[in-house]
Amino acid sequence: MTTNTVVRADSAVPITDVVLRPDPLSASSRLHVVTPRRYDTRRTVARWLLYLILLVGGLGMIFPFIWMIASSLKRAADIYSLSLIPPSPTLDNYREVLQRTEYARWFANSLVVATITTISVAFFDSLAGYTLAKFRFPGSFFIFVMILSTLMVPTEMLVIPWYMMSINLQWTDSYWGIMFPGVISAFGVFLMRQFFMGVPNDLIDAARLDGFNEFQIFWKIALPLVKPAVAALCIFTFLGNWNAYIWPLIAVRSEEMRTLPVGIAFFSSEAQSAFHLIMAAAALATVPVLLIFIIFQRQIIKGIVLTGLKG
Amino acid sequence: MTLERRRWIWAYAFMAIPLLFFLGIRIGPTIFAFWVSLHQWDPIALKRPYIGLDNYTRLADDPIFWKALRNTWIYVLVGVPVSLIISLSIALGLQRLARYVGFYRILYFAPYVTSLVAVGWVWRWMYMPNGLFNDLLGRTGLGPFNFLGSPSTAIYAIIATTIWQGLGFQVIIFLAGLESVPTVYHEAAAIDGASGWQRFRDVTLPLLNPTLVFLIITGVINNLQVFTQIRAMSSQGTGGPLNSTISIVLYVYQQAFQSLPSKMGYASAMTVVLFLMILAITVFQLKVLSRNNNDY
Repeated sequence: MTTNTVVRADSAVPITDVVLRPDPLSASSRLHVVTPRRYDTRRTVARWLLYLILLVGGLGMIFPFIWMIASSLKRAADIYSLSLIPPSPTLDNYREVLQRTEYARWFANSLVVATITTISVAFFDSLAGYTLAKFRFPGSFFIFVMILSTLMVPTEMLVIPWYMMSINLQWTDSYWGIMFPGVISAFGVFLMRQFFMGVPNDLIDAARLDGFNEFQIFWKIALPLVKPAVAALCIFTFLGNWNAYIWPLIAVRSEEMRTLPVGIAFFSSEAQSAFHLIMAAAALATVPVLLIFIIFQRQIIKGIVLTGLKG
Repeated sequence: MTLERRRWIWAYAFMAIPLLFFLGIRIGPTIFAFWVSLHQWDPIALKRPYIGLDNYTRLADDPIFWKALRNTWIYVLVGVPVSLIISLSIALGLQRLARYVGFYRILYFAPYVTSLVAVGWVWRWMYMPNGLFNDLLGRTGLGPFNFLGSPSTAIYAIIATTIWQGLGFQVIIFLAGLESVPTVYHEAAAIDGASGWQRFRDVTLPLLNPTLVFLIITGVINNLQVFTQIRAMSSQGTGGPLNSTISIVLYVYQQAFQSLPSKMGYASAMTVVLFLMILAITVFQLKVLSRNNNDY
């Protein structure tokens, strides 16, 4: 990473100058142009401008969050005052949301659902990906194609059958009822297979000679080698399930089994135009995730890139 | 038992639960959705008569379905190109920064990790006739605009929020893609006298092609399934005003889970149409990607 940046920063110097010169062909003209002072001022100004533009854009990106928090700290009477700083800040809105809703319960529900789903996906997708990457058995190719083909089916096509299943099997209003569609993901199986293909066969054969059984080889030899991929898959799965909306909306009837997004959606549409309360609810839903993101931003972004590029 | 056979048994044991899952919870329900789409299906009714392709012919005569289909493609055809242009520009800028890249990435990526329901309501608040945007516009003598309340602007207001929320993901993927473009090519092109724009068009863009294809396809598929932000932002969450923001998935949800009697057969027929569109795009993607592999 660092070396890349250095190389790029250095190489950017001659390029810019050559382009701005009418006669870029001779190497000597290049040397001419890079007189330290002129080049420095121009580059510094351009760079500061770039930093500034991107900073303004970046602040624009997080502005809705700032506005959300500002509004959530205003009293009902001040909500239309539209100043960034609340005239008389109060935490009453948060208190009211916490009292009027089952926020703690919704938060716990989301946490349980997202955590169990993530653990399940990490384990079973790794196991299936490993098997499809390292075993040849009758039907293995067919199974792989079958799993891959499910990627093309949109979730929305399945919610009606899932709903009927839930009713018939009495899964509605339970954690399993919310989780079951996501406990294994075809995308994850495919991703893990890609990564396990890179694990050398010699290593696996050596472990067999050492008397490891096949599960021990997977668990103790292969899995530790693809840890970054597992971590990436976990981040992706957790985020997706934490923010999932359409299926939890359908799968849950009772108020106390709602996940956070579903609960917040119901509360917001019932509160109609009480935006001081709605913004407090929105802040309660987004701020914990934003804090976790800021703490683990490096790992999270790396994970998103890893899953994005291999997928 | 031979060693090979014994390994087969391990493999089947490892695959047992995943296979059960995919057959029972993915493939079975997919086939079942086709089956339901051929029936008049109300879960509480005793009879669910087989009606052949009637649901599909009724779709063709349903003005709201056509509206939803048209809107869905507006979400795709406006949202995807605009967000790609913005995110690529940002990525090209960020790539040039030597310091504070981590900080800048936090700013641009933050919306992506948050719940679309919650931020949908935040935007709804800013879009209100007496909200922030109109206050700012009012100071310059413009407006007020009823962004979400007017059939001509509501869909674009929702698209803007969608772009904002997904931008960070695209920026990050573009940054990763740009990093894989070797600087040597740039230097070579520069020495040959290529301008900044020419270098971008003839060097960066072609080498960025796989990233671009990936982002276009994921963007198209995500936008075809647009639902949450419309529920959060349109008036009463029904895809209004005057169905100007309704999408296929929202209409499916209304027909299957909100209408009385429930029209699950009809809704399933719509999901089959959605599936066919995604299938077509996936097949197209496979063709484009395999062509790329031959090129480079």
